[in-house]
Amino acid sequence: MSRREATGGRLLLRLAGRPESFATLSLADWDLVLRQAMRAGILARFCFQLAEIGALDKVPERPRRRLESARVLALKHQRDVRWEVACVRRALARSGVPIVLLKGAAYLMAELPSARGRLFSDIDFMVPRARIEEVEHRLLDAGWEPAVADEYDQLYYRRWTHQIPPLRHFRRNTVLDVHHTIVPLTARAPVAAEALATQSLALDGDGQLRILAPADMVLHAAVHLFNDGEYDHGLRDLLDIGDLLQHFGEQPAFWGDLARRAEALGLTGPLQLTLRYLERLLGMPLPDEIREAAARWQPAAAKRALFDALLLRALLPDHPSCNDGLAGTARWLLYVRAHYLRMPFHLLLPHLLRKSLLRPAERGGDARRDLQLRVEEFLRLGPPHHPAARAAAPEHSE
Amino acid sequence: MARRRSGSRARLRELHPRSSHPRLRAGRRGCRHDGGLRRLRRSGPRALPVRVSAWSQEELAERLRGPGIYLHTGPFLSHIRTAVPAVAEGIALLYADHKVSAEEPYADFHIALQRPGSLRRWISPQVRFEYDGLLPFKPLPLGQALPMLEWGLNWCIGAHGHQFLIIHAAVIERNGLAAILPGAPGSGKSTLTACLVHNGWRLLSDEMALVSLQDGGLTALARPISLKNRSIDLIADILPNAALSARSEDTVKGAVALLKPPTTSVERVAEPARPAWVIFPTFKLGAATELACRSKADTLIELGRNAFNYSVHGARGFEALSGLVDTCACYRLTYGEMTEALALFGCLDAQAAGPVGART
Repeated sequence: MSRREATGGRLLLRLAGRPESFATLSLADWDLVLRQAMRAGILARFCFQLAEIGALDKVPERPRRRLESARVLALKHQRDVRWEVACVRRALARSGVPIVLLKGAAYLMAELPSARGRLFSDIDFMVPRARIEEVEHRLLDAGWEPAVADEYDQLYYRRWTHQIPPLRHFRRNTVLDVHHTIVPLTARAPVAAEALATQSLALDGDGQLRILAPADMVLHAAVHLFNDGEYDHGLRDLLDIGDLLQHFGEQPAFWGDLARRAEALGLTGPLQLTLRYLERLLGMPLPDEIREAAARWQPAAAKRALFDALLLRALLPDHPSCNDGLAGTARWLLYVRAHYLRMPFHLLLPHLLRKSLLRPAERGGDARRDLQLRVEEFLRLGPPHHPAARAAAPEHSE
Repeated sequence: MARRRSGSRARLRELHPRSSHPRLRAGRRGCRHDGGLRRLRRSGPRALPVRVSAWSQEELAERLRGPGIYLHTGPFLSHIRTAVPAVAEGIALLYADHKVSAEEPYADFHIALQRPGSLRRWISPQVRFEYDGLLPFKPLPLGQALPMLEWGLNWCIGAHGHQFLIIHAAVIERNGLAAILPGAPGSGKSTLTACLVHNGWRLLSDEMALVSLQDGGLTALARPISLKNRSIDLIADILPNAALSARSEDTVKGAVALLKPPTTSVERVAEPARPAWVIFPTFKLGAATELACRSKADTLIELGRNAFNYSVHGARGFEALSGLVDTCACYRLTYGEMTEALALFGCLDAQAAGPVGART
């Protein structure tokens, strides 16, 4: 066990992997574990896990109240997401376009164990790329509005990512992320969305509401965790994948499917990392079949050591008790890596420059905004030079 | 800086010659870094909580600057750290009767009020509220540090206290029966509450009614009453002996001053109360004092609108709230004179409570 695992997050990881070990916790341990769990977004998950093994009553009163409070909130999120999915389905019913739910919404609607205790900030789903404009219009008609006002960001989403800009409902404030595939268009390893859609499974009678096939669902979660560059909920996402593997892994054929699918879609990298850290951080037992495959996929020793140095830090909760002096740097490097995976360098550099240097201009006056637009045009990243669009811009932003 | 630190350590050592005070034990880095997480690992007998007033102001400020204090406010235990003198003075004044511990193994909320270490230290200084190291709000001008502590504590309860149904309302109690006073800002709710709790009623809370989802009972917080704008001078006139904090000007709510809760209310904080009345107060200058019945349905909807976490509880929230409205007499109170309003509250009695009194 490495030094990192031995310090800050040790108790949390032990409890996450084996909730029955709760009995040895002192009140001070609970204090620490709940703060870390809160930061990692797995507080409610603990509550469900402890309730499942009938241990909740044995938790000391104050921590138990805190866990129960988190569970109440998680149940509220679940109700809201079910309702929201029903609303999306209604808005798109007449179009008949297949809605492939992704991530949390999929876990919840398919009643998978990873859904318990999850908090939602948005609802992700995938529709065929050819019909994404139609879907967007129907959602706009049904009360969702673009959540991103900034023109650059709007354009960035449409041109370079795998989704349209997020939509926010004008009254309920819920956010939809409408994807047309699972990795950005510019990614170094593009994934054929059609391959995912054809394998998807129907959730309801008429087959409009769908989820990814088990292997695809795991691969998407792995891509999301290791290629998106944001680890605020890294541990939660890793635990979710652990739950999925445990659940689907009861079917012996699943592991072979998973390995073949990862190879076919070119996603062995993220899957290998997932399996490695499930074993190393959570001590999850894996069948030999998949362990051998993962050993085949693993990078050279130096790269492996680098991944360990970064990910064994970033996957822990971003809490002072878990972070060492290098945790911030590790997170930052992974963020840069994610962008590198997402975009070719000649696109990435202007994008990061704009994000870091020009962003403050939005708060400035017209002069700065104009300057920003000119710089963007120069970098060929700005909005197309339509005088009408330019004239309308300040109105939108106000 | 270093000199100040070592000086304060020496002072602490004087205060606790034989104590294993965490600031004396832990390295400087440990204290600054994680609010003394390491210290919590310590075993051994713990001292019982004492009243805040049992500590000298200097000792309180010293602890707040260092390992922090564990402040008991009703069902919640908050670990508070701050180096802002105004907050330490505010806690000494407003929470004098509350229970406090130097050490606890567990706290519901770990909060800090600190000054950002940037240019803001000198140019229009600010204070920020940290919740376990995160910043849920934008920083505020330093002069608003004390109200920020109160708002921050309210936020903690609203965001993490879902063991209760929480309604934005003042709660007062007499003879075991409680009146819930929901009120929009500017309705005179806090002014009325301040006067009532100095006239025979017990303060449960000025801001939050904590309704049990199991039995509908009300849990007390007994925290300071937040007075705004003109009511600050009004209360200073009516209650010349009450302890009132310094004014913080130009907050989002205007000028704010905090009133110390009565000692007896704090001493009885563990006693729950049965809800008996829901009264929506409105102060209108020169208006005749009038108590009018309000329909149960209307009361239910308005309470739901005033609740922090009604929707969070879903069906259980609806059941708890309708149960509450069923057991309470529901009124709308308009008053123009404080003395008349106080007299009217004096006449509320057990007979008025219950479903019969409230049908319209």
